[in-house]
Amino acid sequence: MEILMCIVAGLLFAAAVYLMLSKSLLRIIIGTGLLSHGTHLMLLTMGGLKTGAAPVLGEHAAAYTDPIPQALILTAIVISFGVTAVFLVIAYRAYQELGTDNMEQLRGMETDD
Amino acid sequence: MINLPILPILIPLVAAIVLLFLSKNVQAQRIVSAAAAAFTIIAAFAVMMKVEAEGIQTVDMGSWPAPFGITLVSDMLSIMLVLTASIITFCVILYSFRSIGSGREAFYYYPIVQFLLVGVNGSFTTGDIFNLFVFFEIMLMSSYVLIVIGGTKVQLRESIKYILVNVISSAIFVIAVGYLYSVTGSLNMAHISARISEIGAEPIITVLAILFLIVFGLKGGIFPLYFWLPGSYAAPPAPVLALFGALLTKVGVYAILRTYTLFFYHDQAFTHDILSLLALLTMIAGSIGALAYKDVKQILIYNIIIAVGVLLFGIAVMTEESVAGTIFYLVHDMIIKGGLFLLGGIMIYAAGTSNLTKMGGLIRLYPALGWTFLIAAFALAGIPPLSGFTGKLLIVRAGFEAGEYVGAIIVLLSSLAVLYSVVNLFMAVFWKNPENKLPEEKKQTASLFIPAAILVVLSVLYGVGTEAVYPYVMQAVDALIHPEIYIDAVLKE
Repeated sequence: MEILMCIVAGLLFAAAVYLMLSKSLLRIIIGTGLLSHGTHLMLLTMGGLKTGAAPVLGEHAAAYTDPIPQALILTAIVISFGVTAVFLVIAYRAYQELGTDNMEQLRGMETDD
Repeated sequence: MINLPILPILIPLVAAIVLLFLSKNVQAQRIVSAAAAAFTIIAAFAVMMKVEAEGIQTVDMGSWPAPFGITLVSDMLSIMLVLTASIITFCVILYSFRSIGSGREAFYYYPIVQFLLVGVNGSFTTGDIFNLFVFFEIMLMSSYVLIVIGGTKVQLRESIKYILVNVISSAIFVIAVGYLYSVTGSLNMAHISARISEIGAEPIITVLAILFLIVFGLKGGIFPLYFWLPGSYAAPPAPVLALFGALLTKVGVYAILRTYTLFFYHDQAFTHDILSLLALLTMIAGSIGALAYKDVKQILIYNIIIAVGVLLFGIAVMTEESVAGTIFYLVHDMIIKGGLFLLGGIMIYAAGTSNLTKMGGLIRLYPALGWTFLIAAFALAGIPPLSGFTGKLLIVRAGFEAGEYVGAIIVLLSSLAVLYSVVNLFMAVFWKNPENKLPEEKKQTASLFIPAAILVVLSVLYGVGTEAVYPYVMQAVDALIHPEIYIDAVLKE
């Protein structure tokens, strides 16, 4: 199960890298979204996948799932949600100001403003 | 247990929230943000006295005992950096009153600066690796806003690249933390350190070391991961640039210093050799940039990269003396970079351009500015008795003692490159005859000059008063060289 999850995470990374290497700004942002999905899946897998028990450790619990990766993913999801929102807003504003979403035309050297 | 170490994080956080509600009243914002920064300095100073007297201070959040909950740890290194960061932020806020512009002031500039300080102080203080990620994100989120606030074309263009690079590095950070968790089963940094020394020099630990090096290297701007830095840092106005140059890259360097002394010190032959090689390449690349550009901002920005190289070399040598030098140089570099970028901002404002070929003759109108800049430039290059000297001396001497001759010589040569680039800057901006006529009347720069001068004076005092700072630095070194001290203080075994 863990190996399958690692492969899925790898596929997500591959798709993310492909999208981020494209020239369109929107595709790049979708790429960052996929990248964080892959990351979160990886994080979940790293805690070890077990089935059939709640992540609550009682006094005499026979089986339990590690709650830490779930807590971490929750935090990471919130953060990546926020970052994606900011990124989208800035990208839209940049598109309005600069009139293009093509990364080729957004190169520019630092002094030519 | 006392809650004192949390104050340098809590004060800016509360101030930022208060400031969000004051966004229409610029005058009130200025007063609150300057007062908050001043209180943060006082709080940091109080914590430092406490750490000096009683050793490492820890706070277990929510009273969960150490390896289970999130722990904040103030050892001497963290609190020195927190104090320095707070002082720089205070000066930058004073400088912003006159320079940042009312548009930015009305649109949440001051709250975001406070949030940045929350992230920076938090990253220095936290003792939990995932919490470090969270504080990094707070810092980065604030920096996304600061780099784009004002919304000029250059800023928008550069902020996209800046955000993309940092989103990728954050993803790698989370993966690295995930791997680390699956190997050690803990997130508490002291606990991880103890577990890693039980495991020993396994290959997976070395892989993790390199992953963390990539993450923190992207933030800190080491070769070859600094490619985004010159473009992005040149976009925002001078006070924001001073914050970025003085604080953000140094947080990356701090994180490398912390992880490489606490976690990854078992396979030094491999990890620290890579670190040393990258440090040398960083210095060389930075020197080339600093010598090649004819632009005030770019020259100073490439000087950040050189300094990061010097610091990394100090970490790579990894003897007691070189770590002491690294800490000396880290604090020095934060202060002097803050001062230099603020002075650079005044120079650009006074001349109306940042292009060296169009500047000149400013010494006639602004003598105080010119001489202060020259002192700052000498301090940056490490001319005794100014502040850069002690750190570099210790790093170079430790390098020679450890047999890293090439590295130590490159550190010395990079100092020459620094000296040449900043003196060249001084000559071009203040000394040479301008090609076109300068504006005759003098612009009002006193209120900009004072905060910059505070930082330069501080740096001179730091250099002259090395003897007084020395015991503090040695206390910081002690906890870095002997991880047991840190582990015992956190886990209370």
